[in-house]
Amino acid sequence: MTQMLDKLTQYLQFPFVRYALIAGVLIALCSSLLGVTLVLKRFSFIGDGLSHVAFGAMAVAAVLGLRHEMLFILPVTVFCAVLLLMGGKNRKIKGDASVAMISVGSLAVGYLIMNLFSTSGNLSGDVCSTLFGSTSILTLSRTDVYLCVALSVIVSALFIFFYNKIFAVTFDEDFAGATGVRAGAYNLLIAVVIAVIIVLAMNLVGSLLISALVIFPALSAMRVFKTFKAVTVCAAIFSVVCAALGILISVLAGTPVGSTIVAVDIVGFFLFYGIGFLGGKRK
Amino acid sequence: MAYVTCKNLSLGYESKVVVEGLNFAVNRGDYLCIIGENGSGKSTLMKTLLGLKAPLGGEILFSDGLKKNEIGYLPQQTVVQRDFPASVYEIVLSGRLNHCGLKPFYSREDKAAAKKNMERMSITALSGRCYRELSGGQQQRVLLARALCAAEKILLLDEPVSGLDPVVTAEMYALIEDLNRQGVTIIMISHDLQAALRYASHILQIGKTPFFGTKADYRKEGGKDDADAR
Repeated sequence: MTQMLDKLTQYLQFPFVRYALIAGVLIALCSSLLGVTLVLKRFSFIGDGLSHVAFGAMAVAAVLGLRHEMLFILPVTVFCAVLLLMGGKNRKIKGDASVAMISVGSLAVGYLIMNLFSTSGNLSGDVCSTLFGSTSILTLSRTDVYLCVALSVIVSALFIFFYNKIFAVTFDEDFAGATGVRAGAYNLLIAVVIAVIIVLAMNLVGSLLISALVIFPALSAMRVFKTFKAVTVCAAIFSVVCAALGILISVLAGTPVGSTIVAVDIVGFFLFYGIGFLGGKRK
Repeated sequence: MAYVTCKNLSLGYESKVVVEGLNFAVNRGDYLCIIGENGSGKSTLMKTLLGLKAPLGGEILFSDGLKKNEIGYLPQQTVVQRDFPASVYEIVLSGRLNHCGLKPFYSREDKAAAKKNMERMSITALSGRCYRELSGGQQQRVLLARALCAAEKILLLDEPVSGLDPVVTAEMYALIEDLNRQGVTIIMISHDLQAALRYASHILQIGKTPFFGTKADYRKEGGKDDADAR
């Protein structure tokens, strides 16, 4: 045990480990906040879909040789998020189908473009690390961390400021709209924020595993808690704890960061499932 | 002066007209029942009254101190709501959101209004309970309390008793009648003609044989025959 702690303190001397920890925890916090809303609105898969969009955009940016990839990826992802979330119930292609379509489409196009115009020698390596985020969180620069901190502060502040509105729009969009709350505007806000979070989270867990960061905290919290506030708070804490644990374990054991965090999330989910089950029985 | 006046209203989706030439008025204290077969345009009319859809033609006027967004609304339950983790208090309070404007949080006044309306619906004891664990009748009371939080003057109820058992249905009708006596104007969409004839003051029938007028007129004009035939 002491040996492990020694090793941990030794690793924490390295700035890149500290950066990874800070960025990871913040991204986990942001994604869990909106995760509750997305899961309840039956948009669990939007994380996955949008991350594939971001992947496609990244491929295009790489081929075009853009220096600031973010400036291209972010608007494209935001645009797709708005497209997916704003459609409402009465459109021609239903929610899950349109998410699947955009998701698979951009994944395929992204890989195709990377394959056709690739400038790098290690194509499958590039693709793999974009999808699974194997190392990029350990190569964050100081500027990346600042950007990450700034964006997560903004996201958390927006969430707290609009908490009551987000609740109302999630629970009953029609009622909110009918009583003069601008439901459309808040849906737009949710769409934009989720896109920003996903682009951020790609650095951490890679595009394939972002869904996990969005879904697991919310689902776990919903097993145990019964009010919206408690579920939101619990999801945030759950996510932060799992992300921190996951990063530390991956540093100690030398496992890939993204998949380790998700593995911890899965263990946490079953733990909460058990607690919820026992709690339900007792009543 | 009427609260809501509809003049020559046409409703429908994109190019398909569902209802045409609809004329009716709702006055303060009325209990209007909107009846009609499935697909006759009841829900479309409701969405238009709530301002969620624009009418294809004609106009809706709000007067007598009623503003466009001051209609309380009791929707039919959606799939999303059936397993939503939220307490009764949280849901009732969310009805006050339209009083908040840009303010991020609820004021003391909002909280007091939520408490008062929970009292009115006798669900104060359920305040901390989880919505998805309540019975159908209790859930309707919660949503009714929320609607009252949003608007005091007029309520639009979309099939408020669908899926409830006969005892709870009777309770629900009694509750609505009570609200009407307290001065809340009621617009109710219903399948249940018997209940409509029993509780409503006015009837609006849309579909093949349109009708608008008081309950007595409806009986006289042979609307009843129409109902018997069905």
